[in-house]
Amino acid sequence: MSLKIDNVSVIYPAADGRPPVAALSEINLEIVEGEFVVALGASGCGKSTLLNLIAGFLSPSTGSLVLDGRTVSGPGADRAVVFQKHALLPWLNVIDNVAFGLEIQGIAKQARHKTANEFIQLLGLDGFQNSPVYKLSGGMQQRVGIARALTCDPKVLLMDEPLGALDALTREKAQELILKIWGETRKSVFFITHSVEEALFMGTKLIVMSPRPGRITHVFDLPFSRLFQSGAPARQVKASPEFIALREKVLNIIFADEEAVE
Amino acid sequence: MTDPVSSKGPGLLARLARARPTKPGEIYGVPGQGNTFWLSIASVLVLLFIWWLVTALGLVKPLFVPSPQAVVKKFIQIWNEGFTNTPFLEHVLISTFRVFGAFLLACAIGLPLGLAMGMSPLMRGIFDPPIEFYRPIPPLAYLPLMIIWFGIGETSKVLLIFLSVFAPIVLGARSGVKSAAIEQIHAAYSFGATRWQVMRHVILPSAMPEILTAMRVGIGFGWTTLVAAEMVAATKGLGYMVLSASQFLQTPVVIMGIFVIAIIAFGFDLLMRFLERRLVPWKGRM
Ligand SMILES: Nc1ncnc2c1ncn2[C@@H]1O[C@H](COP(=O)(O)OP(=O)(O)OP(=O)(O)O)[C@@H](O)[C@H]1O
Ligand SMILES: [Mg+2]
Repeated sequence: MSLKIDNVSVIYPAADGRPPVAALSEINLEIVEGEFVVALGASGCGKSTLLNLIAGFLSPSTGSLVLDGRTVSGPGADRAVVFQKHALLPWLNVIDNVAFGLEIQGIAKQARHKTANEFIQLLGLDGFQNSPVYKLSGGMQQRVGIARALTCDPKVLLMDEPLGALDALTREKAQELILKIWGETRKSVFFITHSVEEALFMGTKLIVMSPRPGRITHVFDLPFSRLFQSGAPARQVKASPEFIALREKVLNIIFADEEAVE
Repeated sequence: MTDPVSSKGPGLLARLARARPTKPGEIYGVPGQGNTFWLSIASVLVLLFIWWLVTALGLVKPLFVPSPQAVVKKFIQIWNEGFTNTPFLEHVLISTFRVFGAFLLACAIGLPLGLAMGMSPLMRGIFDPPIEFYRPIPPLAYLPLMIIWFGIGETSKVLLIFLSVFAPIVLGARSGVKSAAIEQIHAAYSFGATRWQVMRHVILPSAMPEILTAMRVGIGFGWTTLVAAEMVAATKGLGYMVLSASQFLQTPVVIMGIFVIAIIAFGFDLLMRFLERRLVPWKGRM
């Protein structure tokens, strides 16, 4: 699997008398197999737009996206998405939401419930199989969304702030879980977050984006998730001097960006 | 000692304008929250009492407003003896058949058509003008055309009701298509769904609340049009019963017919509300 984003710009057309929005400008990015790319940046800098491009929900105004030698022209089952919001189906209970992708792919009910149950357990939702999703807390809904994306075993996992609504403890557990699944399956991941710590801990590559027009301003290669994979405890990784130094550096970049905007 | 004025809290107006505190386990500020059952019962009883009082005191002539007892007596009489040589239940059945026949037909054609109009600009372009053209016209206005084209048989009666039910159902289904969040649609596509699967698994279920509301509104229009439909050379039916009774100034029969229509329509509406609670308990919750 490899994805090449070549000189891509996205301009949302003018609407209601407002001028056109240059959401992304001249983005170049390559995601190779097994890479975990994390995007960080101020609100409105075009992270979701970039994810929508990769998912195939949006076509670029200029430039091209090539996935495994073929231009991306629409969504497909090779790329699963965890959405920022509003993407569960309230008329289905938890287990059927998690199994939704498998149902679309025509898997028989028993088999898809079996797979769904595995991921429900992985994400700590056991016992809620038959609950309606609209009665779950925000964090639980997010975990249903993650489980749903994982069940179909996609080659690429696109996640838009998937852990934003989780409490600190569950969030750390979910980070480790995602890293574990990623390590075992060698998926490629594109992961959006607002947490610098999460970004540094999880990614193998960090892109920092800046708004108006949305663009990539910095790229860092990250060693920390590999350290965690080779057995170092998460807390120890996050407390290491290298981690803290890079965290301060990235925070400085982001704060400088936000001040420049104001 | 506290100041007696300030210990009373905010003024009446301020208290009325604020959302009421909730009972334990309820969510604050849900619009229209609260049970209305007993209040509704009380409201009905008060209205009946006023009706009875007005007639008992002889404030209006029985020709204009007959007493409740007179209406009940008439009901028992018609129940036993029928009206114009037709048993009462046959009047009820034939009207119900007309309204529900038209309603089912309108659902069978209107729901798919509305969904198609929501999904496809081609269908919307073709069917929007005729539907928007006839929708605001009162059924009485095109009743003569129905008679000229389809005669005075059952066809023109059912068709007239059908037309009045059809428009709201098409419009409801059409706007229901827009209920699905784009993220829900995208989620389905990203699992490799076909357009048809997206329709069946996302758009249709999320349109259900609007479709059910449209059906409720639609059948309401159906009952409204019943009397007009039974103006056409009918010899049976509740609308016919009301119309012919009014020609002979049999006010008790008119009022009784109105009540029977109202009760059947209300009963069906209760059924629809029950279905709504069962089928779309998630309505407005996500
Ligand atoms: N459908 C749209 N039409 C017009 N403008 C849009 C649309 N979607 C996003 N934008 C604009 O594009 C810019 C980037 O939006 P995007 O959603 O990608 O930001 P983001 O980085 O994901 O922000 P956040 O962190 O708040 O989710 C914003 O200025 C936004 O107003
Ligand atoms: Mg976003």
